[in-house]
Amino acid sequence: MITKEAIMSNGAPSETFTLNLGPQHPATHGVLRVKMTMDGEYIVRAEPVCGYIHRMQEKMGENRTYAQFLPNTSRIDYLSAMTYTHGFVGAVERALKLQVPPRAEYIRVITSEMNRISSHLVWWGAFLLDLGGFTPLLYAFDDREKILDLLESITGSRLTYSYFRIGGVYNDVDDQFLKGTREFVAHMRPRLKMYRSLVTDNIILRKRLIDIGPISSEMCRKYGATGPVIRGSGVPYDVRRVEPYSVYSEFDFVIPTFQETDSMARYLVRMEEIVQSLRIIEQALDKLPAGPVMAEKVPRVLKLPAGDYCYATEAARGRFAVRIVSDGKEIPYRVKLRTPSLSNLSLFEEASAGMLLPDALALMGSLDLVIPDIDR
Amino acid sequence: MTTPNEPQPKVDSLPPANPAAATASAAAVSAKPVAVASPQPTNPAQPLAPPAPPPPNPLAHLSLPFKGVDYKAKGYHCEATVAPDQVVAVAEVLDKEGLSLDTITGVDWMVEGQMEVVYDYFHPTKTLRVVVRTRIPRDNPEIATIYKVFPGANWHERETHDFFGIRFLGHPNLTPFLLPEDATFHPLRKDYAA
Amino acid sequence: MQALQHLISSGWPEPLRLILFLVGILAFVGLNAAYLVWVERKGAARFQRRPGPTEVGYAGLLQPIADAAKLMSKQLIVPAGVDATLFRVAPLLMMSPALMSLAVIPWSQNLAARSVNVGLLMVFAFGSINVMAVMLGGWSSRNKYAIISAARVVSQNVAYEIPMLLVVITMIMVTGTMNLSEIVTQQAGAFWHWNFFRVWVNPLMPVTFLIFFICMLAETNRAPFDMAEAESELVAGAYTEYSGMGFGVFFMAEYANILLGCALATVLFLGGWQSPVGSLLGNPQGVLGNLLGIFWFFVKMYFLVFSVVWIRWTFPRTQFYGLLNLSWKILIPVSLVTLLLSSVMIKLFHQ
Repeated sequence: MITKEAIMSNGAPSETFTLNLGPQHPATHGVLRVKMTMDGEYIVRAEPVCGYIHRMQEKMGENRTYAQFLPNTSRIDYLSAMTYTHGFVGAVERALKLQVPPRAEYIRVITSEMNRISSHLVWWGAFLLDLGGFTPLLYAFDDREKILDLLESITGSRLTYSYFRIGGVYNDVDDQFLKGTREFVAHMRPRLKMYRSLVTDNIILRKRLIDIGPISSEMCRKYGATGPVIRGSGVPYDVRRVEPYSVYSEFDFVIPTFQETDSMARYLVRMEEIVQSLRIIEQALDKLPAGPVMAEKVPRVLKLPAGDYCYATEAARGRFAVRIVSDGKEIPYRVKLRTPSLSNLSLFEEASAGMLLPDALALMGSLDLVIPDIDR
Repeated sequence: MTTPNEPQPKVDSLPPANPAAATASAAAVSAKPVAVASPQPTNPAQPLAPPAPPPPNPLAHLSLPFKGVDYKAKGYHCEATVAPDQVVAVAEVLDKEGLSLDTITGVDWMVEGQMEVVYDYFHPTKTLRVVVRTRIPRDNPEIATIYKVFPGANWHERETHDFFGIRFLGHPNLTPFLLPEDATFHPLRKDYAA
Repeated sequence: MQALQHLISSGWPEPLRLILFLVGILAFVGLNAAYLVWVERKGAARFQRRPGPTEVGYAGLLQPIADAAKLMSKQLIVPAGVDATLFRVAPLLMMSPALMSLAVIPWSQNLAARSVNVGLLMVFAFGSINVMAVMLGGWSSRNKYAIISAARVVSQNVAYEIPMLLVVITMIMVTGTMNLSEIVTQQAGAFWHWNFFRVWVNPLMPVTFLIFFICMLAETNRAPFDMAEAESELVAGAYTEYSGMGFGVFFMAEYANILLGCALATVLFLGGWQSPVGSLLGNPQGVLGNLLGIFWFFVKMYFLVFSVVWIRWTFPRTQFYGLLNLSWKILIPVSLVTLLLSSVMIKLFHQ
């Protein structure tokens, strides 16, 4: 590897210039601006500037009732919308001590895991697009179409599902959906093998990702990074296992963890997670109980008792937590959304110091950022 | 041979209520139920239900005012209310315990004339969620920064400053994070009119 | 027929013959540059499981014409503060080496614009102008992204010229001549006479072909060696500030260079216009023989062009130092080994 010291000791000039990876740039997934101070090809300091898509979701939370805020939750991270709605709905249910019927819980798990797979497929395609491989995006979107069609048949939307309701889900699943989901699981497994041989085992990709962008588990802990970032650093932290919510404690699945801390480890974590999500979906389909999908006796006007309530879910990008502070009225006093991409990006400044530009972009792609998730 | 002051792993359920969920967890969570003594009614003639046992405090070994909290009702395991000048010391102790900073929330209690800053922490390998609260006066909201202990607090404190105007003393770069660079307003204050 | 045959082989005054050839080559390059875009877009689409251009003309065959019309109708913007002369000259400089080098390629038995004794040397002498063209284009654009990209292109192209030239020297030693027409006539017979299979002179001949192909990809800045125009990092790299036909000429020049590279690979390794089945189809002379020669030449050349397109849409991009490491640490030693091996074999067995 070419080292900066080797170049500097050979008499290269040490001026720096500012390169602006502007809000409009093909590599930043959304409107993120990174002010980079560059020394030739090396990054001296990369400072992310956020706020270009700040919509003040938390203020909206203080002006709407709990049911009216529900669609907002899908739009925070539109790629993984189900788990975000789950977080909000779970917090309200926890405060009201509502019992969600088991069929609704299983349906929530199935749809959340399908959403996780579709989010990881988008990440995979877009990451490879950053690295110059243009074709896998289209293959991933092919598979994603099947998921979107299935979810559209029961929820009505393709991207921002407002499917969960406080007390359950609003629409039951039918046999066509269950059959289609089983077919999808059977279709996806050989596709993943093909992705492995076409992309993951490709020598160019391996050279691009292995040993690039190491993030130690200590750095993850200090910055609060979660999700595949911390699992690629050797710590098996997954909210579904550490703070089991819904019915995740009844499924048998593995938390993929890799010790290498580089970008390849984070890549492999997500690819393995797709495999594990398929396992969870299969088990949930087998165990799906009959029954109602909405709790009885959900009050028409939701007033949470005073105090604050938290609920955390494992979104595709990491730990998503909702903290609702209520003063007994039907409008929340404060809604705090703890989003994973913000914590994941906050370590970029420290992790990318001294890296080459293409390596830093590979690192940023491996963090899997969705900018509306950071800005809310 | 367990004493109340020995560090014990926390299970995400009250021991009498739902032991099944505790044993189903596989990976990095140890699932030893915590023994809690339930107080018995003194007079057998009065068939009162015994009061629910207080939730155990997983951080009882630290000399900090933590109280156990019912996880199923609130979503976290213990919380503490501290004075504003103790926030950094608490952060250091929790850092040594191996906890990670989850988020920093500001809440504007306008009627009481105070602002509350809530620090959420989570543990990466154990089931443990800790909440630290503090209240500062609303007219001059200032509090020390915990950025030196947890660098991740940098952005959370900038965001809280954006929304509430709370100044974090010692912060290296308290400029607007989500609001425009020249913003002087603080939208989440209760007296903010758009 | 007779007159045509007479025309091709001899008799016509040399300047007229040259002019005809030049016009022919210009037309050929122009048509190819346009329709290779179509091949690339359709190929990319099919690799990505989508149809590609289908609207304009049958199967999108008129799409390149629509694209050319669009590009020509755009204003040629010369941004303020750029070095105006260099800015305008750079696209032309990129196009000219390809055009000039195509003059020495033997398209068929009697179809070479000029059969130059140092044809191979001439091609590579002109090829170095490409580097200068991109450097000028990037430098004169007064844009940080363009300058970074131009710097990368220079180091990449210089690094890959060396193994390419070593391979060409090997081929010169193996064939004993620099005249491209003679190189092709040496490969007469069926396909096992092609230079690709000439392993008794150079045991590593397939490796040599592979090195030549890789270097050709790198010299033309095609993926996976397209660091210079890495879209997701540097927007459009050295060509960021070019608009309309300025960009169009760069684009055409890239395809002309690919064409030149594949034509050279065909001539040097795959037998040029020689038929792979030898004399099975008789050995026609005259117009028919020339047409058959052109047919075989195009089959081989377009197969290589298709491989270039195929590779672009399959692999991700290498990193910059990975690219340079490949050249300096792997390709140069291997090509030196093949050079040494061929010279030893020639000295021992073929003197």
